[in-house]
Amino acid sequence: MKEQELIPHLFRTEYRKITAVLCKRFGIEHIEIAEDIASDTFLLAVETWSFRGLPENPKAWLYSVAKNKAKNLLTHNHIFSEKIVQEIQNSAAENSEFEIDLSEKNITDSQLQMLFALCHPSISGEAQIGLSLRILCGFGIDEIADAFLSNKETINKRLFRAKEKLRQENVKIEFPAETEINLRLETVLTTLYLLFSEGYYSESQDEILRKDLCLEAMRLTFLLIENERTNLPKVNALFSLMCFHSSRFEARKDKNGEIVFYQEQDETLWNQALITQGIFHFHEASQGNEISKYHLEAGIAYWHTKKTDSQEKWENILQLYNILLQINYSPIAALNRTYALAKVKGNVLAIAEAEKLNLNDNHFYLTLLGELYKEIDQNKARTHFQKALLLAKTKTDKLTIQKQIDSL
Amino acid sequence: MEEFALIMRHEDGQKLASPEQMQAWMKQTMDWIGGIAAQNKFVSGTGLPFDEAKVVRFNNVVTNGPFGDIKETIGGLIIVKAESVEEAVEFAKGCPVLQGEGNTIEVRKVAKGN
Repeated sequence: MKEQELIPHLFRTEYRKITAVLCKRFGIEHIEIAEDIASDTFLLAVETWSFRGLPENPKAWLYSVAKNKAKNLLTHNHIFSEKIVQEIQNSAAENSEFEIDLSEKNITDSQLQMLFALCHPSISGEAQIGLSLRILCGFGIDEIADAFLSNKETINKRLFRAKEKLRQENVKIEFPAETEINLRLETVLTTLYLLFSEGYYSESQDEILRKDLCLEAMRLTFLLIENERTNLPKVNALFSLMCFHSSRFEARKDKNGEIVFYQEQDETLWNQALITQGIFHFHEASQGNEISKYHLEAGIAYWHTKKTDSQEKWENILQLYNILLQINYSPIAALNRTYALAKVKGNVLAIAEAEKLNLNDNHFYLTLLGELYKEIDQNKARTHFQKALLLAKTKTDKLTIQKQIDSL
Repeated sequence: MEEFALIMRHEDGQKLASPEQMQAWMKQTMDWIGGIAAQNKFVSGTGLPFDEAKVVRFNNVVTNGPFGDIKETIGGLIIVKAESVEEAVEFAKGCPVLQGEGNTIEVRKVAKGN
């Protein structure tokens, strides 16, 4: 790897490791110090390496610089050091020497514990995602801003407030107690699910960034699978859902970056390795009695990995949506159920059911009605598409609807 | 928004259905409930299987039930959200239980807590 590629790559993979380990060591109240040390380490790396060339082992170089910076800080900042040294003396009486453990095991443990700390119910879902992206994924503020279609200032403020809150709540960086895991895991999984969706459905034009968001969500979910205490059926269900969805990544955009509808996708572009992996984790998920929304969504996604329309496929999808809506209503699930219903029982019946949904202000609803009317009444189809076009906000949605109108 | 219980009554719970019939009936019931849930009007619900059913009577006499002198049984119930009893009745009309002559759906308002 060339130097100009290596540093950003190392930044991605090592920044988050150093930050997680230091933050775990110092406590959440010193999260910014941990971030600063990690950033300063990379700043020094860029300066030094551009003069003297790359060290033999860049990773070890970074770790030793980070360790030294942490030690220096302890010597020069008395208020900080008193607190930390005291804590260290409490924890390891015989060895008061300040040590920072950058072993693989401690890195993984620290990241996992940080994941639980950052996905704390006291801060909003958006803030959890933002902090996770910054601290656990090593994303830059401008990248986070781009992913959220926001600006640096807003994101900085959001992250600052979230860190304040975590400090006030005195959130511990530790593995939750056995009795709490299930409850805390709920928030963690929601955040990972949203992080993945952010990448999958984001309006950001940056295709690489969007894919990175999805991959990072999968990496963090896999951290949970690798730990036996969190390797639970619903975690596997979420992971298999992510595998099934991401298998279509290459097929869902054309050369110009325009979205390709599921029905028109070239299925030879679907990633079979990811589908296989998804099936494996779906089996893992089926142990136990719990059926979470992730199980149901993974089941629906599984049937979508079979391109050919069949009665069996849509019947199964319809039944899964029937259950999903009972435990977790969302307008989009209601619309997708109606689509499956049309596939199983025909458009006339589906239109009658759709009209009860009470989603008249939703452009996806109007688009669906337009689609269902296409073969029955072209004029009605056009009217619905036109209404949808007025309500659509994003460029992709407008383009999608315009295509439908043009096809009439 | 009020909550209503839709109680499904079978005229004769002893009538045995074939596994195929049962499966078809289950699907129809799920589609019916799914349609209500798609309107965000589903609260909760459960089927009430006849296996191991018991009836506890006066003086704690326990009999295998629910059948005895009366053939009519309750097959399940769901609770829905509705603006009015009329809307709840509209939901009930779609229930596949009503395909059987003599079967009924009882629509009852759920008493509010507190």
